[in-house]
Amino acid sequence: MLTAQEFYGVQEKRHGREKQKLFREAHVGIAGLGGLGSHVAVMLARLGVGKLTLVDFDTVDETNIHRQHYDIADIGKPKTSALREQLMRINPYAEYCCFQEKVDPQNIGRLFGTCGIVCEAFDKADQKAMLAETVLCTMPNVFLVSGNGMADVKSANIMKVQRPMKRYYVCGDGISDVDGSCLFAPRVVLCAALQATQIMRLILNMEEI
Amino acid sequence: MKVNGKQVVLEKSLSLQEYLEREGYKTQHVAVERNGEIVPRSSFPEIVLSDEDSMEIVCFVGGG
Repeated sequence: MLTAQEFYGVQEKRHGREKQKLFREAHVGIAGLGGLGSHVAVMLARLGVGKLTLVDFDTVDETNIHRQHYDIADIGKPKTSALREQLMRINPYAEYCCFQEKVDPQNIGRLFGTCGIVCEAFDKADQKAMLAETVLCTMPNVFLVSGNGMADVKSANIMKVQRPMKRYYVCGDGISDVDGSCLFAPRVVLCAALQATQIMRLILNMEEI
Repeated sequence: MKVNGKQVVLEKSLSLQEYLEREGYKTQHVAVERNGEIVPRSSFPEIVLSDEDSMEIVCFVGGG
């Protein structure tokens, strides 16, 4: 086991002292802990992000394993608990605030109000739209990073990060709907990695895409 | 008006709701910014579009 000092010492050596300080001071919210959110959380924990707010109402089931960062032993556990266990094994010195509840326009302020950045990681189109509308209308200082379009087996090269609005970044190919195709781990993880990359850049005060 | 960076000619007066429906968008699946401001979904029917408007429409698909 590494002490906190040893852990952050290594992080600073790998990432640089200034960047590590910003990662450690950051607070990122993740709405949905499925294929996108579970992988984003793991990547942010590896960066040493100091505080993650993790929200999902669901439990792990057998249909999740093909693309989400859970394994067979997690089946039946709330996603918040299963993910927290993994994150504690990666960085036990960060703060993980877990909420097993369904996100709606009424609780978004309470759940994510103190986050600097919110990651939208839902799987349903109407839920993505609901979160975007609520966060962008009611939280004027928050950046939002969405995943949109990662189904199917198309080329990785059509996945990208776009910035349609000043505080809003959208990652994915924008077209590949789960309705009419299927989700495959590599493209889901790629989309999650685009989101995590943009979140990392925002933590480092790099707003451009 | 401008939509997602492209020039669009408005042939007649339309509400945002009517425009989105005409263009085949599901209004429950979009986020719309008009002239730098996010438009709440509840305002879609009452906003009348003008030639000077600049809009960004993000259309979501399922999967995550």
